[in-house]
Amino acid sequence: MNPKPQNAPRRRDPTTEPVWVRWLLILITIGYLLAMLVLPTVSVFIGGLAKGIQAYLAAVSEEDALAAIRLTLLVAAIAVPLNVVFGLAAAWAIAKFEFRGKSLLITLIDLPFSVSPVISGLIYVLLYSVHGWFGPALDALGIKVVFSATGIVLATIFVTFPFVARELIPLMQEQGTDEEQAAISLGANGFQTFFRVTLPNVTWGLLYGVLLCNARAMGEFGAVSVVSGHIRGLTNTMPLHIEILYNEYDFVGAFAVASLLASLALVTLALKSLLEWRYADRLASGARH
Amino acid sequence: MKPPSSLFGLHWRQPSVLPGFGLTLGFTIFYLSVIVLIPLAALLLRPAELGWSGFWAAVTAPRVLAALRLSFGAALIGAVINAVFGLITAWVLVRYRFPARPLVDALIDLPFALPTAVAGIALTTLYAPNGWIGSLLGLLGIKVAFTPLGIALALTFIGLPFVVRTVQPVLQDLEREIEEAAASLGAGRFLTFLYVILPTIAPALLTGFALAFARAVGEYGSVIFIAGNMPMKSEIAPLLIVIKLEQYDYAGAAAIAVVMLAVSFVMLLVLNLLQRWARRHEEARA
Repeated sequence: MNPKPQNAPRRRDPTTEPVWVRWLLILITIGYLLAMLVLPTVSVFIGGLAKGIQAYLAAVSEEDALAAIRLTLLVAAIAVPLNVVFGLAAAWAIAKFEFRGKSLLITLIDLPFSVSPVISGLIYVLLYSVHGWFGPALDALGIKVVFSATGIVLATIFVTFPFVARELIPLMQEQGTDEEQAAISLGANGFQTFFRVTLPNVTWGLLYGVLLCNARAMGEFGAVSVVSGHIRGLTNTMPLHIEILYNEYDFVGAFAVASLLASLALVTLALKSLLEWRYADRLASGARH
Repeated sequence: MKPPSSLFGLHWRQPSVLPGFGLTLGFTIFYLSVIVLIPLAALLLRPAELGWSGFWAAVTAPRVLAALRLSFGAALIGAVINAVFGLITAWVLVRYRFPARPLVDALIDLPFALPTAVAGIALTTLYAPNGWIGSLLGLLGIKVAFTPLGIALALTFIGLPFVVRTVQPVLQDLEREIEEAAASLGAGRFLTFLYVILPTIAPALLTGFALAFARAVGEYGSVIFIAGNMPMKSEIAPLLIVIKLEQYDYAGAAAIAVVMLAVSFVMLLVLNLLQRWARRHEEARA
């Protein structure tokens, strides 16, 4: 090979780009994300405070807003624990045992993620409304599913169905069954093994799944909108309340309630980043969603 | 001790000393059936009451076709924008060091965390003719809110993280040696990117694109505020489902839903096959 002339300028690393290209790409990225992500989020808070702090506080403490907040918390408090129990059961069966049809089962568990939110609500209306399969029978018993909190809970469970399971399954698969087998051979029963060996090993992964599940449960709009019936003070969750206020041109009210959900989103992101940074080795390797 | 793994003479699971298989698998299948499988089955069977010709008439009505075209078209535009900017973003986050990089990285997932209704009213207010951005674009004669352009914008927003998050890990694992080899053979950075890096990350890019597209097709919350919702013009398919439901046309609503699910399903299937083909191609080359 020909030696390079000694007086040639110092050459840049051949596996990176010229400085100006690098900074151009960085600026494009930051500018794009500022316009697409930061600006809309900031505008939510500014919109809520547009008429001062007094109007903001009045909007979030008004009776219908409080009812919406209560319902949202209630729905999440039912839907998230149910999906946690399901996620743990599914992960135990799938990760700790070898059986046929496993990959089909995993695909089916992931299914709700590829269904449109509106369709997620629609399926429960088709089943449980007065014109649905089970509707007339339930109606005779005096049970109302659609246009009530029950329907909202069902739709919320559906859209958040895979979150916990898809976090736990790969994590528990990576961990294998050695520790559990040791516990069993030392005389522990199934529940002792689960609570003292398996659960401590997946705590952070479980928390990660719960975090994402909860954010979606509290923020879901499309699915809940279809089954709710929009009865003010009764079947309105926070996102539905935002829609009503916005359509009534009460922008301060809409953005004030929206700012609560935006804060929840920011806290969720912060905790999620913290988990990824601090406990990266205790999460499933594909943990980023 | 041998557990009864060969019940009915079928070896459908390997023996294990761990307990609880029957209980957990039973609960999993029960819960899955009640929440997901039975309701989806009800959806698939519902249009049957229309009969084949009724079903066909319901999904080929001009208003339905226009809505489907808009939903899939706008989702495609959003996914293409996300592929381009997602690739640049992933590249910048993996390859370059700059101030606040961890913060930028964390911010990417915001569209996953921010409720769609919140995103919807925020984008609408920003891009409305009297909004911060809308008034600037208005000077240029561009209208975003209450037009199909606004729909594409909202769908770009909600699909933003997918491409970044699928491409990022692949870029991270990319071996620097092949780039050094390309450079030593005389390729410039652009050619190296085009012929060495891009083919390697193409499957991930395609996956992210498809995920963003699939998510955008069904999106409702962020779109209805900004769309304007004019029949035939800016009415998306999920909104039409809601309208049919409000008119108690349950079978009609189910028919549109079935078509949307079918098209998305076929798309994901084709993508899966493409990826499998790409992987085999890759392995054959290696």
